[in-house]
Amino acid sequence: MVNNAKRYWLKFSESKISVLGLAIVIAFIVLAFIGKYVVPYPEHIGSFVDFNNASLAPSSAHIFGTDVMGRDIFSRIIGSFRNTLLMGVIVLIISAPVGFMIGVIAGYNKGKLIDTILMRVTDIFLAIPPLVLAMAIASILEPNLTNSMLAVTVMWWPWYARLSYGIASSLRTENYVIYAELTGARLPHIIFKEILPNCLSAVLTKMTLDMGYVIIMGATLSYAGLGEQAPAPALGSMISQGVKYMPDQWWFTIFPALTIIVIVLGFNLMGDGISNMLGTEES
Amino acid sequence: MDNTIDISLANQQTAANDAVLLEVKDLSASFDVYGSTSHVLDGISFTVEKGQRVGLVGESGCGKTTTLKAILNVLAKNGRVDHGAVLFEGRDVFQMDSNELAEMRRHGAGMIFQDPSSALNPVFSVETQFLTALKYAYGVGTPKQELRDIAIEALNNVMLPDPERILKSFPFQLSGGMKQRVCIAITIAAGRQLLLADEPGTSLDVTIQDQILRLINKLVEEKDLSVIMVSHSLGVIRESTSHVNIMYAGTVVESGLTTDVFQNPRHPYTVALMACLPKLTGAGIAKGIPGRVPDYSKPPKGCRFAPRCPYAKEICHNEKPARTEISPGHWVSCYFANEVI
Amino acid sequence: MMAEKILEIKNLKKYFPLRNGLVVKAVDGVDLELHRGETLGLVGESGSGKSTIAYVLVGMYEASDGDMIFKGNNIAKTGLHRTMKQKGEIQIVFQDPGSSLNAKRTIAKSLMVPMQIHDRKSRQDMVAEGRRLLEAVGLPAEFADKYPRTLGGGERQLVSVARALATNPELVILDEPTSALDVSVQAKVISKLIELQKERNLAYLFITHDLSLMRNVADRVAILYLGRLCEQAPAAEFFQDPLHPYTKMLLSSIPVATAEEEALKPAKIVSEGEIPSPVNVPPGCAFHLRCKDKLPVCSVERPVMKEVKPGHWVCCHLFNDTPAVAHEAPAADPDAAAGQAAAE
Repeated sequence: MVNNAKRYWLKFSESKISVLGLAIVIAFIVLAFIGKYVVPYPEHIGSFVDFNNASLAPSSAHIFGTDVMGRDIFSRIIGSFRNTLLMGVIVLIISAPVGFMIGVIAGYNKGKLIDTILMRVTDIFLAIPPLVLAMAIASILEPNLTNSMLAVTVMWWPWYARLSYGIASSLRTENYVIYAELTGARLPHIIFKEILPNCLSAVLTKMTLDMGYVIIMGATLSYAGLGEQAPAPALGSMISQGVKYMPDQWWFTIFPALTIIVIVLGFNLMGDGISNMLGTEES
Repeated sequence: MDNTIDISLANQQTAANDAVLLEVKDLSASFDVYGSTSHVLDGISFTVEKGQRVGLVGESGCGKTTTLKAILNVLAKNGRVDHGAVLFEGRDVFQMDSNELAEMRRHGAGMIFQDPSSALNPVFSVETQFLTALKYAYGVGTPKQELRDIAIEALNNVMLPDPERILKSFPFQLSGGMKQRVCIAITIAAGRQLLLADEPGTSLDVTIQDQILRLINKLVEEKDLSVIMVSHSLGVIRESTSHVNIMYAGTVVESGLTTDVFQNPRHPYTVALMACLPKLTGAGIAKGIPGRVPDYSKPPKGCRFAPRCPYAKEICHNEKPARTEISPGHWVSCYFANEVI
Repeated sequence: MMAEKILEIKNLKKYFPLRNGLVVKAVDGVDLELHRGETLGLVGESGSGKSTIAYVLVGMYEASDGDMIFKGNNIAKTGLHRTMKQKGEIQIVFQDPGSSLNAKRTIAKSLMVPMQIHDRKSRQDMVAEGRRLLEAVGLPAEFADKYPRTLGGGERQLVSVARALATNPELVILDEPTSALDVSVQAKVISKLIELQKERNLAYLFITHDLSLMRNVADRVAILYLGRLCEQAPAAEFFQDPLHPYTKMLLSSIPVATAEEEALKPAKIVSEGEIPSPVNVPPGCAFHLRCKDKLPVCSVERPVMKEVKPGHWVCCHLFNDTPAVAHEAPAADPDAAAGQAAAE
């Protein structure tokens, strides 16, 4: 076990840039948990008003400046991490297994009716522009964090179905799968004991890379007013509210935007490292 | 490591210098793998003369393909030569500049791979691939018709009926045997003198493999080519080489005329290997060779076969044996070759 | 005294229809028999159908026609619907050590697969049985906790053998079990297989293209070409007195390492041309297009299997005039004896 961990780390850390990604992600996660205990102005994260200090440019007291309500932007950005992380985790924890199972069953039975049915349904979901779908769902239901997570989950699972479909349909010709069938194994055994372990690395890599994109999707929804509502801080809504003040109060939008970029970049870089780490374990 | 080079070997080489096309001299190479170094090749030496067919025999992992790659100087990025040289027509391929190297690869030596399906690009027609290869061999400005004529002649030389149709075809439309012939044609069309054949018939059926081997023999005779035939099959080696080098774990343990070595094997590994061969006489096969191939990152200090050798004594584990000539032209790297049954 | 007949294959056919209307005649009328403790070798090049026969036997395919009687039950058309007991009695070892074992599961887990399906033992019992199986094939019990990638090709194949033995099979199909292995590793695996056969009285269906290996492993050899049997004989007889032109061509092409063996090979028959595809089987005798000795009838009429020497069957028009071996009819049945006498 220990040996394995060391090997994995060696492979992961071969690319210095992945280690940077990992550092960013760790920082993001840690701050999501303890953010409100370490920011300079924790009370600004919720509803707070101080018009005397509104729209201040970045300074040593407020490193990212303050917004129109006088709230410290830096604290609000860090404060938004919690919900951002929550969105990413919940969406992936639901959509990945659901999509995976649909794809695996279809892929293992490639060529049969069940394959056609499942994959055509998947295709339908993929054909709808994702943002339109998410917005449709989010606006039918009351706009809040839970419903926006639901909307993103519904449009996210087909990608996992596609991924596991590809893997399962190629694995079903492997000798050990054929052997299990010939000896009399039932479908659950084949899916969970033979095929699933061989899909894990691809699925985990994808989940890591996807975190960034789910975060962007969540920010897009909150940009459109469909995510958490005021006064909770959300990166997307901070950007949309700040847009009309550009370019004079540039710090309203630039800092939240940069934050999104850094977080997504962090997940992407880490995802590359993970794919190196898991992908080369068969040698 | 024992660096004594036999005087008789050196004399032999100087005398036959004109005839020597390739000389691998005490070649050692290693690869960097995830924090450790794999010392694969350890002092490989052999020569190939003009018109000679030399075999490299060994089991998987013994370094035969690495040796071929070293000859063309196409070792992987994490590989390097620790010691020794590969002299092609007298010049060390590892000292050549990029022009000389390109020249050597275009006109000097070429490789025929084990699996013709992956040697040919599936999305291009045979003509496209063939002419591209010839374009670089004969010069970028050569008129297409001239290149086509050369290609057709080469395809005729490899006994392919209807060369025009072959040129127009895509690889998936050809059978395994035909693809292998196309690969051979491409290699010889540029006038190369040395063919490096890496298990050329292994992925083909027995009767087709037989055709390919006979074709290679024919080309050697007609065009005075030299061949290094790599195989794990002793039968293939016997039928297609005049000289053989038996490799084990990156070292050449025995070499000489193929008939001599097979009739009278003297190295314990060669003897054990031949005992494991299933024979047409139905005499039964041995139970295998105890032990495993050594870990190249921690290779044995002395003879690399010593850990598995029934004749090994202390000196074998500590010092690498030198090549000794136990009978004219028959060389063995073993301290106790005379005691081997 | 012949051992008990465990398998009888009669006129087995397996056709694969393609979308464009053509049919791949992978197996086209094959008769074979296998007895307990015996090794029947199937030899042939690509398109011969040898692997297809194995896959019908093990249940991967259902036969298109013909019978396959295993211990009294006709399993030709059962495919995967055969009984669990039958699935356990007929086991298979595949060629490729790389894909025969699940790379993500330990050896112990892979060995448990047949056990979990067949015999619901407790976990402890299965682990213990797994270790016993590893020892039976000559591997250290510690291998149980390793992953396939840390094992060599030969070791992986021995694990596949151990796995096949987990259900106490009576017939094991070995589909080119050592073709991907080095000579010395092959020797180890083959000698272990022979040992296990003697210990457990297993019947082996041994498929390989390596004739030299076949000579040392098989009791009887059957050679196939494009889905049809050409010749079938006891091993020594097959190699010393090959009768069918294809057998002679194949034997004369194999590369051998010693002069001794070279002397045993038939005179060199140069094989020209490619092997036709089983989609396009030539009319009459499947081999006639490549045959040096062909007669006019060969391109028209398909030859039948004939026993021209005791135990030695050949399917070739060159033997039409050779008398078939007469068998002693049982004394209690005078009609059969009369019928046979009339046929000679």
